[in-house]
Amino acid sequence: MTEKILLRNVGTEGSTRLATYERNGGYQALRKALQTSPDALVEEVKKAGLRGRGGAGFPTGVKWGFMPKEPVRPSYLLVNADESEPGTFKDRLLMEEDPHLVLEGTLISAHAIRARTVFIYVRGEFLKPYLTMQAAVEEARAKGYVGRNILGSGVDCEVVMHRGAGAYICGEETALMESLEGKRGYPRLKPPFPAAAGVYGCPTTINNVETLANVPFIVERGAGWYLGIGREKNNGPKLYCMSGHLKRPGVYEAPLGTPLMTLVDDFAGGLWKESRKLKAIVPGGASAPVLTAEECRDVPMDFDALIARKSMLGSAGVMVMDESVCMVRALERILRFFAHESCGQCTPCRVGADWIHRIVKRIEAGHGKDGDCETLLSVCDNMIGKTICVFADAAALPAKSFVTKFRREFDEHIGAGRCTLPEA
Amino acid sequence: MSGRKAGTGGLTVIPENPREIRGMVPESIALRGPAGPEGIEPDEGKSLSAASLAEIDRLIDIYPERRSALLPALWVAQREQGFVGRRPMEEIAAKIGVSPAFVASVVSFYTMYQIRPIGKYLIQICTSLACYLRGSDALVDHVRKKLGVDLGGTTRDGRFTLVRVECLGSCGTAPMLQLNDDYHENLSPLSKVDELLDSLE
Repeated sequence: MTEKILLRNVGTEGSTRLATYERNGGYQALRKALQTSPDALVEEVKKAGLRGRGGAGFPTGVKWGFMPKEPVRPSYLLVNADESEPGTFKDRLLMEEDPHLVLEGTLISAHAIRARTVFIYVRGEFLKPYLTMQAAVEEARAKGYVGRNILGSGVDCEVVMHRGAGAYICGEETALMESLEGKRGYPRLKPPFPAAAGVYGCPTTINNVETLANVPFIVERGAGWYLGIGREKNNGPKLYCMSGHLKRPGVYEAPLGTPLMTLVDDFAGGLWKESRKLKAIVPGGASAPVLTAEECRDVPMDFDALIARKSMLGSAGVMVMDESVCMVRALERILRFFAHESCGQCTPCRVGADWIHRIVKRIEAGHGKDGDCETLLSVCDNMIGKTICVFADAAALPAKSFVTKFRREFDEHIGAGRCTLPEA
Repeated sequence: MSGRKAGTGGLTVIPENPREIRGMVPESIALRGPAGPEGIEPDEGKSLSAASLAEIDRLIDIYPERRSALLPALWVAQREQGFVGRRPMEEIAAKIGVSPAFVASVVSFYTMYQIRPIGKYLIQICTSLACYLRGSDALVDHVRKKLGVDLGGTTRDGRFTLVRVECLGSCGTAPMLQLNDDYHENLSPLSKVDELLDSLE
């Protein structure tokens, strides 16, 4: 197996403590970054081709480049630690096990975008990660890594921990800003983009926890080294969240572009019951269209390869289903989530997410009617691209994929008025 | 129970659960307190303690705008009283400089704020896809039977409130539940849940 980068401290003794982190070379990248100009940092991260690990895969350096170089108002960095995508649990691991890595990446990134205040927004349910991060911030503050005149460099950076209160939508970057401002988490229209008018109307960059954890390594080892990991335009190490019917579920680190079945078979130990065959895999969290067992062969797990297969890497929440799984019921679970979590701001989403859930729930319960699948697909088409944020797409795209790829199962459910799969 | 015409395109909805016929009540609220859909109105609650009010003042000073302290202030109130009642909402509204209605609208948006007393132990079981694949439904059934309480309900002795929740980010260690603030993971076989619940006071 290749060298562990992001997870190198995870699972080691005292990994959350500053002293341990420093002993393993921690905060050296911050020292180096503080001697480097913000623009040079942005250039280096651009060159490295780091793409956002929150789901969209937007180039981080480019995003940073949108921030004002001579700011007249305060600039802010928001750390998106509102990890809530079903099937995703990597940011939680980083915060619980290696909070100083997250913090070091955060401080370097704040310097790169000239932000003197950082807000770390942690989802409300993650109390342990929140407290672990908070303890790390206090430890770092006592050693002069956080606050005024960091390590005598003249650079200031204050870090504020902020706790959410239970709302998936707040992981959407503009909803996150609204929530931080003390409001309901309703996504904002873009433009203006956050770099122009973000939190408190000021220039803002929002970065995911895992994205920031990559930054110290790029600063320390250089863009050239980083480009050597992964595939073209999909560089760097990646955390894959492996769950479902696996022998060894968990978070695994591997380069971007690692074949899906390598992750399933070699990393996660293969399917949990050897007598059963693979049926389907959701490769990138609940928002990602499902892949059939056939499609799972030869899929490099990176942003572009999955887009080419009309799915997405998303947050790399890989949920594996064996042949005992009823796809109608699996989709019902996914859609129940979206119906529950729609913020209710846009009609196509508020009504659509609930509607498609009701249809699938009805089919699952044995009350499906002829034409239900057509209605569902037509509702999906009236959700996609018709709302302020991409939540509606995130609900409709997996629904379409399940119904089109496993149509026979849906039709049999409707015809028989019950599930036709043998009892597991 | 008969079906009804839903507002969404005239679909006939056959409710399996009487709550559903109310349709307009989002599940997050329906499953919130012991009173279910009737419980949208918050309880009165008590005035916040001087210590909590001072803590809220300190929080307000942290942020560039006062309103950012709203979610943290609500956490302070909930920690003190176990839920956020009408009176704390009003006090927080006055401190932050927004209307009580605004505070109530924020409280109702987020699933983690309780608006009336719940059991001493809040059990939240994740039944999203990854947990479902690892047997979360059996876990729900088991806890329901063991405690003799339905989803959204509180046991008669006021000790346990049971709710079903969406993904808690514990998919690699499914099935799981959250007991008050703490995660309990890898709850298979179900005897582990018995051990956990039996160990509580």
